[in-house]
Amino acid sequence: MLYRETGDFKSNYAADQQTFPIKSERYLFWAAMAFAFLVVPFFINDYWEKSVIVPLLVWAMAALGLNILTGYCGQVSLGTGGFMAVGAYACYKLMTGFPDLNIFFVVILSGGVTALVGMLFGLPSLRIKGFYLAVATLAAQFFLVWLFNKVPWFYNYSASGQITAPERTIFGIAVTGATAPPWATYLFCLAMVFIFAWIARNLTRGQLGRSWMAIRDMDIAAEIIGVQPMKAKISAFAVSSFYIGAAGALYFSVWLGAAEPTEAFGIDKSFLVLFMVIIGGLGSILGSFLGAAFLTLMPVLLKNVMVGGLGWPTDLAAHIEIMLVGGLIVFFLIVEPHGLAQLWRLAKEKLRLWPFPY
Amino acid sequence: MSPDFLNFIETVLNGLMTGVMYSLVALGFVLIFKASGIFNFAQGVMALFAALTLVGLQTGQVPFAHLINAVLGTDVHNWGPGLPTVLAILLTMAVMILLAYIVEKVVLKHLVNQEPIILFMATIGLAYFLEGFGDLMWGADVKALNVGLPTGGSFWWEDVTRGWASEGSEYFGMYIDTLDVSAAIIALILVIALTVFSQYTATGRALRAVADDHQAALSVGISLRGIWVIVWSISGFVALVAGIMWGAKSGVQFSLSLIALKALPVLILGGFTSIPGAIVGGLIIGVGEKLAEAYVGPLVGGAVENWFAYMVALAFLLFRPQGLYGEKIIERI
Repeated sequence: MLYRETGDFKSNYAADQQTFPIKSERYLFWAAMAFAFLVVPFFINDYWEKSVIVPLLVWAMAALGLNILTGYCGQVSLGTGGFMAVGAYACYKLMTGFPDLNIFFVVILSGGVTALVGMLFGLPSLRIKGFYLAVATLAAQFFLVWLFNKVPWFYNYSASGQITAPERTIFGIAVTGATAPPWATYLFCLAMVFIFAWIARNLTRGQLGRSWMAIRDMDIAAEIIGVQPMKAKISAFAVSSFYIGAAGALYFSVWLGAAEPTEAFGIDKSFLVLFMVIIGGLGSILGSFLGAAFLTLMPVLLKNVMVGGLGWPTDLAAHIEIMLVGGLIVFFLIVEPHGLAQLWRLAKEKLRLWPFPY
Repeated sequence: MSPDFLNFIETVLNGLMTGVMYSLVALGFVLIFKASGIFNFAQGVMALFAALTLVGLQTGQVPFAHLINAVLGTDVHNWGPGLPTVLAILLTMAVMILLAYIVEKVVLKHLVNQEPIILFMATIGLAYFLEGFGDLMWGADVKALNVGLPTGGSFWWEDVTRGWASEGSEYFGMYIDTLDVSAAIIALILVIALTVFSQYTATGRALRAVADDHQAALSVGISLRGIWVIVWSISGFVALVAGIMWGAKSGVQFSLSLIALKALPVLILGGFTSIPGAIVGGLIIGVGEKLAEAYVGPLVGGAVENWFAYMVALAFLLFRPQGLYGEKIIERI
């Protein structure tokens, strides 16, 4: 039968505590990964890469980052766009400053730079919480975007104020720049997201993740039982910003190729990622992916139906899309405040008992 | 007086005027937050929606014209010459009350007892929905809004201030937008009216009771959901006033909804639960922003306005997390 734990005996703790404790789910996961890594690259074309799959992966990375901060540590942030901009500009400076550096390390280092900036803007979280913190992170959003607009050093004094990603390769195959083949950029993003989702999953169930969750659930109580709020909060900001920065670097270098701060990293991006996290499910790794998938695929689908299928003008489709996104968020919050991930969890519970639910 | 000093006064005055506009938006936030503990992110979009509806009624647009044309292949735009301003304002108010009712029925009712952050997210969703809905209904182009308020600089004030400058100095008088002055007066009337309403009417008392303690208010027979509809209607009214003012100043367009974000630092400064706080906070932010733009801006390349308010709020939070007039935050396990 599908999805049964019967007969699946565990003889040690490691087996019992693995991410996918049930055999059929584990096999399904590895089959999906094998499909993503080994089959998809042969079929992917430019359209799917540029407007569906790479966006999905980049947003999933950003959503992972925000989920660590908001979902696991309970600190609301509206500065995601600004932190993505830090990642993108760090990536640009590193790419142009050190042309020999491998793009993989460039992305990691951009994440590191963003982590430092994130820690700086996370400092107020030690004194303020909730909405107040959200406003404090808005300061980060607007200040950072302004900074990248106004200081020419960041965009290498280019006349247009834009940053453009030069071509960089991995194993001799271009992954950034105009000539990069779709399968290479796809595989690069997929590998990055896979590695970091893996790390995130293990971070959140370890000691660090538990201290974050303790702070989220009740910070004063957590402090009394010996969780250091400062360490937990700042580390959450650092890790979260690392992910968001890496997502920003991928966003700029692999997906867009060229970016301009006000357009690409505006406040609407912060909200978009926040929505992904909410719709997907706060405090869930899977939720980050589901939320990112939902909010990336839905506009593409709607656009195809309304503009391609019904022949409506694009601005009309855009309005309906915003309306639907807003409506869906409210709908999800009412029906399932814990997001798509919770639906998946419920479905699994049902499957486990099916066909005898009592 | 030297021209530099007069310029300084002019900047402060203009800042105060801008501050009044911020206060108008912040007021709507405070009303809802006090009565329901909901941080209503949609306040800015409500202002936009109200202004859009007003313009649409005034100019006699057909609602959803764009959609109808796309679906049916027709070509409709206007149903007539439009309504007189007063009638349009009244009808818009009716629309805002209807909106408040629908929001309570469809959204808030189902979210009672959820965490504040969930409610906050719901209002963000509502903001997106309203934004799309408003654009869909009335079109997304920038519209001029004219409700008969005077606009343009005040020549009288320019002449008066020219006389203040010291002999022989080249000074051409201060510029003050008459629209801003009327906005300030209207804001003042609004605040007085709200205060009177909440102090001397039964509904106002019920509002304050709900703000004080939900459960105690319920137990003395106040209908919580009725109060919520009223509160959302009032803040819809405040949004309408703010929408008219901002719309008359800079045209009815999407950026109107972004003033909601500007209202956040105002609230931080004034405290989320205080009406006078919203006013004072708005004035401080308005003046601070204009001064920063005028004196710090040139040093770092301008556009300081975009983030200055947030930085002020951030710095302020570190010293006084509950705001100027907010209630002291007490936490227990």
